[in-house]
Amino acid sequence: MVQNPPKTDGIIGKYEGDGSALIQVLLELQRENQWLSRDVLRMVSQRLGVPLIQVYHVATFYKAFNLVPRGRHVVVVCLGTACHVRGAPRLLDKVIENLKIKPGETSKDLRFSLDTVNCLGCCALGPMIVVDGNYHGKISSSQVEKILSSYT
Amino acid sequence: MTKLGSTADLEKLRKQILSKRDPKKSCIIICSGTGCKASGCDRVSVAFREELEKQNLVEKVDVRTTGCPGFCERGPIVVIQPEGIFYQLVEAKDVGEIVSETVLNKRIIDRLLYNDPQTGHKIVLEKEVPFYKRQKRILMDSNSLIDPVKIEDYLAIGGYSALVKVLFEMKPEQVIDTIKQSGLRGRGGAGFPTGVKWESCRRADGDMKYVIVNADEGDPGAFANRGLLEGNPHSVLEGLIIGAYAIGSHEGFVYVRQEYPLAVENTEIAIRQLEEYGLLGKNILGSEFDFKVTIHRGAGAFVSGESSALMTAIEGKVGEPQPKYIHTVVKGIWGRPSCLNNVETWATVPAIINNGVDWFNSIGTKGSKGTKIFSLVGKVNNTGLVEVPMGMTLREIIYEIGGGIPNGKKFKAVQTGGPSGGCIPEKYLNLPVDFDELAKAGSMMGSGGMIIMDEDTCMVDTAKYFANFLADESCGKCIPCREGLYQMLQILNRICEGEGKEGDIDLLEEIAEMVRDFSLCQLGATASNPVLSTIKYFREEYEAHIKTKRCPAFTCKKLVSYYIDPKKCQACLICQKNCPVEAISGGKRLVHIVDQVKCTKCGTCFEVCPARFSAVTRLSGEGVPKSVPAGTEIVRRGGG
Amino acid sequence: MVEVTLMINGKEIKARKGAMVLEAAQSAGIHIPTLCHHEELTPYGACRLCTVEIIKGKKSRLVTSCTYPVEDGLVVKTESERVMKGRKILLELILARWHIDKAIELDHWPWTAKALLENYGLEQTRFQENTTMCILCGLCVRYCAEVKKANVLGFVGRGIKRQVVIYPELAVKVCPTCQGGKMGCSFVCPTGVIPNDFACIALYGSKKIPLAYPVREYDQDNIREILRSVGDS
Repeated sequence: MVQNPPKTDGIIGKYEGDGSALIQVLLELQRENQWLSRDVLRMVSQRLGVPLIQVYHVATFYKAFNLVPRGRHVVVVCLGTACHVRGAPRLLDKVIENLKIKPGETSKDLRFSLDTVNCLGCCALGPMIVVDGNYHGKISSSQVEKILSSYT
Repeated sequence: MTKLGSTADLEKLRKQILSKRDPKKSCIIICSGTGCKASGCDRVSVAFREELEKQNLVEKVDVRTTGCPGFCERGPIVVIQPEGIFYQLVEAKDVGEIVSETVLNKRIIDRLLYNDPQTGHKIVLEKEVPFYKRQKRILMDSNSLIDPVKIEDYLAIGGYSALVKVLFEMKPEQVIDTIKQSGLRGRGGAGFPTGVKWESCRRADGDMKYVIVNADEGDPGAFANRGLLEGNPHSVLEGLIIGAYAIGSHEGFVYVRQEYPLAVENTEIAIRQLEEYGLLGKNILGSEFDFKVTIHRGAGAFVSGESSALMTAIEGKVGEPQPKYIHTVVKGIWGRPSCLNNVETWATVPAIINNGVDWFNSIGTKGSKGTKIFSLVGKVNNTGLVEVPMGMTLREIIYEIGGGIPNGKKFKAVQTGGPSGGCIPEKYLNLPVDFDELAKAGSMMGSGGMIIMDEDTCMVDTAKYFANFLADESCGKCIPCREGLYQMLQILNRICEGEGKEGDIDLLEEIAEMVRDFSLCQLGATASNPVLSTIKYFREEYEAHIKTKRCPAFTCKKLVSYYIDPKKCQACLICQKNCPVEAISGGKRLVHIVDQVKCTKCGTCFEVCPARFSAVTRLSGEGVPKSVPAGTEIVRRGGG
Repeated sequence: MVEVTLMINGKEIKARKGAMVLEAAQSAGIHIPTLCHHEELTPYGACRLCTVEIIKGKKSRLVTSCTYPVEDGLVVKTESERVMKGRKILLELILARWHIDKAIELDHWPWTAKALLENYGLEQTRFQENTTMCILCGLCVRYCAEVKKANVLGFVGRGIKRQVVIYPELAVKVCPTCQGGKMGCSFVCPTGVIPNDFACIALYGSKKIPLAYPVREYDQDNIREILRSVGDS
């Protein structure tokens, strides 16, 4: 299935035939549709003139891309060194416990997706979780449940 | 915006901009870098704009949102100009008072002032804040003066005058000579002499050459590049155009990691403004020099920050490092000469052109000239970005600027250079920050991450953390890095879970040496540094984990037990209520007991037990005392 | 032809300019073990087995001979102490992925795994095993891409999760007429992971059947469930 055919078509059309734009195209498609379906990847391969193996290698090499639908809310836990030193692993455990999914997975009801990132660059505010682009810094494990329950 | 066709046009514009600015006019400066955004500065900005509207002051008072000045621990930060009054931890509810009291009536609001913990005094002026005072902010200072999305602000502080000097008063070889003489060394990690790199690229065969800004700052804990690119993208772009002219390149790329959306956005806006004004494109300012820049976003891979990997990614392929015996300055993107430098390196170039070689040479040490921006983070009081002259000691940075270790804890180690660097213990705190000195101590400068660790940090866990990070980020192409790091991680996991064996440390060293010598790229080659440096300086911690199954820092979960001292417990029920697995029994007046079988070692009970009781203790390397029988009454403590 | 003179293991060797150290050594009869190298393919530099020690002036470093171009006056040591020490651990790591007793004797390889290991006195690996028998040398992928120009096999993932996968819809079209067993992916595979009747399996339609273990479609349980729930399977 191709999500949102006209928009997807528009994005790929901008880079028609330009193989060097592969990563940029996929980033835009990812931002637009939240995930990259098999058919979209095949479309990109054909229209950019890039072998399918290269498209798949790029799509599975980089953390930014999801080949699976995402939940309505994306939870990102920072595991950078500064956050680690301030207790990020314990925070992650608490989030996993609460959401019942592992990093990289989506909950079956498509409510949440969980990701970890290796540094957000807000080290002064660690440990940090970001939900739907909202930054929650300097939090402790006991605050996790309250924060997550506010996202339906 | 009309295109500027000559330097005269540019100067006319600059004069125009300055004529409309009154240095005596009140201006409210709000830091809007990513860090402060996370602390809610947007709400503060909106509140200010609304308040000024309400009080009919929009014409009389300016509001300027700027990039990150570096004092992230105290954000949101507001500075009232022209006085330079410094307010920290500002919230939207403080805004009304700030406008009425400080902006209109010049009265200081005490509670918003920064209290210097060393003297106990409150500081009023931004320039007196010790955190800033001890730094040498040749790059970072501008961050508090300009709105990054307004090129006019950059022009107002003299921006692009270095470019004019280069294009019209200097030949390309002269520019290269200047950079060579300045002693500028790459700020991305390796510290290669920038002038020499530019010269090799200029001399390489080929008409089409590329210049690249490496803004793929992937070191966890480092955000100096983010601060610069978000807060002053023009300084980086000006340096890039100057470098392109010197090398003979007409096309440039800015490779930014997509985890920095604000930096991407601000750079995009800056490029657009430059194109509109004709400072990018064909025949810049009538100099006959053409140059264009495109942004390439990273997609979440640390290894793609390696220069050959980055160039491969720009070609649209997977960003894996390439075997590099022919330098990328000779054969880079699409086989053409490509000069890659770090954000900070490019940003330093205009300053050198403007202020001269002698000025730059006067800062720093013999082998490392100029300043370096460090992201000082971890267990330190003043976390944020600090710009210091090369040669300042680690002790000065951590204690004088950083304000020392919070909560009265003892310093244990400082980790520099990110995952490619090592941990430096206390005995080396008088080491000056200098490329060669840090390398001699078994670490490296890297891109500027400086992570402070205290007595509660387990060094084996730290080595495991970095091994895990690198194993996750490894591209997987070559066997030493892919398999070697994986096996090292397995061994470190076992050690941290209490299953370390005799011989594990030697095996770790053996693998680490092979990974260092045989890996394809620098990720693998330097991956051994965290492990080898922690074994070198903290071997006793490894041995404690292996021989007595003890974690001295009480960090490794499987080696720690939580025990409630029956003599101290006051049956307040707090730990019981907070235990996520209901492992604590007991009730009112009855001693609380942790069920060691159910306990998941999360440490919540230790965190929540009131300090005046401190009944929960952590044990490691020793057996848990037999618990008192269930239903034992507490010993009520006397006194108030 | 421009020639350069270099020293390999104390022997003076002449080689054409532009050749790699490996080629120069092999033509002089000096043996350097390799795994991911093949004359028909561009050098890859991934297995690192061909690493040698080179000395230029006072500095010595370790480089892969398959990608290092010959230079006048270069001094090369193919079995120095540093090289031998590291190569042994490298082999132990490979061994952790590739069970020696299951390896197929392949006639067209200049050496067999057993002989190489005996050379280094290795019988077992000290490492935790992660046997998948695919050692990710990339020969099959590169052969299919560079020689066959078919791009049916490719890499996915990174780090330890890197694996070789096949694209069934392409395989169905290409593999039946390819002579993989005589001069293709199956032929170049050093571990024999790709079975010789590879093409026949692909013929069984475009159903996502896992092909030769561990060459299989990249997939995970959570992913399968989610995809099914949105109707994309």
